[in-house]
Amino acid sequence: MALAVAKQDALAARIAGLSFVAGGWLGAARGAALERLGAMGLPGKRDEYWRYTDPASLKATVAPKASLFAADDEPPVFDGIDRVKLVFVDGVFDAAQSDDLALAGVEIERLADAGARDIHWAAGLYAVLEARGQVPVQRPLAALNSAFATDGLLIRVTGKAAKPVSLIYVHNSETSDAILHHCVKLEEGAELTILENGPAAARFNKVMEVDVAKGARFHHIRSQGRDHERRAVTHVFARLAEAAVFKSFTLTANGVLTRNEAVIELLGDDAVAHVAGAAVGDGQFHHDDTVFVTHAGLRCESRQVFKKVLKNGAVGVFQGKILVKQGAQKTDGYQISQSLLLDEDSQFLAKPELEIYADDVKCSHGSTSGAIDETALFYLRSRGVPMRAAQGLLVLAFLAEAIAEIEDEEIAEDIRARLEGWLARHDH
Amino acid sequence: MLEIKNLHVKLQEEDKQILKGVNLSIGPGEVHAIMGPNGSGKSTLSYVLSGRDGYEVTEGSAKLEGAELLDMEPEERAAAGLFLAFQYPVEIPGVGNMTFLRTAVNAQRKARGEEEMSAGEFLKVVREKAKTLKIDAEMLKRPVNVGFSGGEKKRNEILQMAMLEPRMCILDETDSGLDVDAMKLVSEGVNALRSEGRSFLVITHYQRLLDHIKPDVVHIMAAGRIIKTGGPELALEVEHNGYADLLAEGV
Ligand SMILES: Nc1ncnc2c1ncn2[C@@H]1O[C@H](COP(=O)(O)OP(=O)(O)OP(=O)(O)O)[C@@H](O)[C@H]1O
Ligand SMILES: [Mg+2]
Repeated sequence: MALAVAKQDALAARIAGLSFVAGGWLGAARGAALERLGAMGLPGKRDEYWRYTDPASLKATVAPKASLFAADDEPPVFDGIDRVKLVFVDGVFDAAQSDDLALAGVEIERLADAGARDIHWAAGLYAVLEARGQVPVQRPLAALNSAFATDGLLIRVTGKAAKPVSLIYVHNSETSDAILHHCVKLEEGAELTILENGPAAARFNKVMEVDVAKGARFHHIRSQGRDHERRAVTHVFARLAEAAVFKSFTLTANGVLTRNEAVIELLGDDAVAHVAGAAVGDGQFHHDDTVFVTHAGLRCESRQVFKKVLKNGAVGVFQGKILVKQGAQKTDGYQISQSLLLDEDSQFLAKPELEIYADDVKCSHGSTSGAIDETALFYLRSRGVPMRAAQGLLVLAFLAEAIAEIEDEEIAEDIRARLEGWLARHDH
Repeated sequence: MLEIKNLHVKLQEEDKQILKGVNLSIGPGEVHAIMGPNGSGKSTLSYVLSGRDGYEVTEGSAKLEGAELLDMEPEERAAAGLFLAFQYPVEIPGVGNMTFLRTAVNAQRKARGEEEMSAGEFLKVVREKAKTLKIDAEMLKRPVNVGFSGGEKKRNEILQMAMLEPRMCILDETDSGLDVDAMKLVSEGVNALRSEGRSFLVITHYQRLLDHIKPDVVHIMAAGRIIKTGGPELALEVEHNGYADLLAEGV
């Protein structure tokens, strides 16, 4: 099917300024991604999958400006946690600010370095899960990422990583437009936690592909900051083998526009995938969680827990789907999306979906939108808890189910502290 | 301690007068009881005193140790020493009982310019007080009142009262839903708190609670007014004869 001329032109304009690096296995993967992109075109406002979120600024030829926030505006997250720190400044890996890449049981390489090699394990992963994730719903911005990513990490885990790998994204230029692509491969029985934080760039397009082999466990905790005007579109593509575990939690505070997609395939039997998100938005804030979980294996469990706290006209979006394929018996699928609207100007748009082709499954989904519980608020205040603190307690309580998806208590505590800080700064 | 004068209250949303001139004076260390038919305005009085939204005071005043309660936010009233044990304690999913209690204790201390309680000290005190009320440690870990039985909720109210050490305690039907043993426990909890500097207003339908918590003064409330005030014998009279005679007299 040929693209409309207008779409062709828009795509041509968008990619005109991007450099395509050909050659080698990576060049081949990029070329295939570019072909996919050419067939799809960029997303448009009228696309069903972009019904609630306008992709205009995410696909525009030039990234809209985003001013930088003072460093002391917010304390850094994950500070007290022992981790391997890898720093990207406006989408470029900064070796000088980063720790050594050596970590027992983990191989870490820069995408650019690996691309120059003849053969590489990542040839079987780079843009492979992204390509699988283009069906049944198109994700052109992810294909664009595969074709044009300028940097990223290839991480192969063979054992139990001694500490988390922490990706720190620094936003340093008001006009930066970053495209990063990471691949993570966990071999049988391996374990890794990846932490991500920081605003990255004025506009950030990131893809992370995660291949979790038999019995391996992957944890992902992300704190999406801060700089108020930044925009981001991110995709996590995950594939799970037998008894593999994938858990991802994202905290989003601020950012005029964020679209986080998670595309997860439970291929092996007895696999477990949890995706959770807590978003807090004040004012010009549009936050979109789009999740697609496919059950193919037997007895797999999936959970989607998304909570949003919105005020002063902030907008929250949730599009979540559980697809249970034929034969995926004993599937246990759970999905909840909820918003707490702190005023009448804010809104939450949700589209929960179930599509089930197996007969012996347990799937539930629910979506709610509500205001703060006035009775509970009065009860707390009657015990002497001041109004703001009482509201804060209730907001944290509302978010608790999402935060509970973080297994490491120290990290969860860090996320809570981050939220408390945000609440204190936004108590008007 | 508590001085209520000519208090008139209507519903904010509706043109419905609920309290129609309540006068009540409770001295330091005294225990007063209020009895009265359903819907006479007892809970409304307790809510208005603690500052709940939805009511409008059209006339009158309520002073706690000379300070006008009606001008204060609910949390300020609490810090000033007022405590209401709710007729229907509220469930708050996601907020741990311990977190809640500690936040409340320290918020009040802070408001009064006192030093906050350390985590260790708090834990020690709360465990001790919970034990005397037969509230087990598991319950303290659970979210506020979630999954508590009716009686457990009431005991939890008394635990909060014991931790916050208020000067003016209002107990709204704390006895309802309690079994005989729990009623004894709760009463003992209350009696342990009785002191010269602390007063109580006990709202109840039953004489039995007043066997345990002996009131100095008993008031009968009907249709938004206190229609009769007397000693403990007034409660006995209600127990035996109901409200019919009193209501006839009161008009
Ligand atoms: N928020 C409200 N909306 C509507 N009516 C109300 C409200 N609050 C109180 N009322 C009415 O005011 C009257 C007094 O109610 P209140 O709860 O104070 O009675 P009470 O004396 O505590 O009764 P009970 O013994 O049954 O607990 C009742 O008629 C009640 O329906
Ligand atoms: Mg009542």
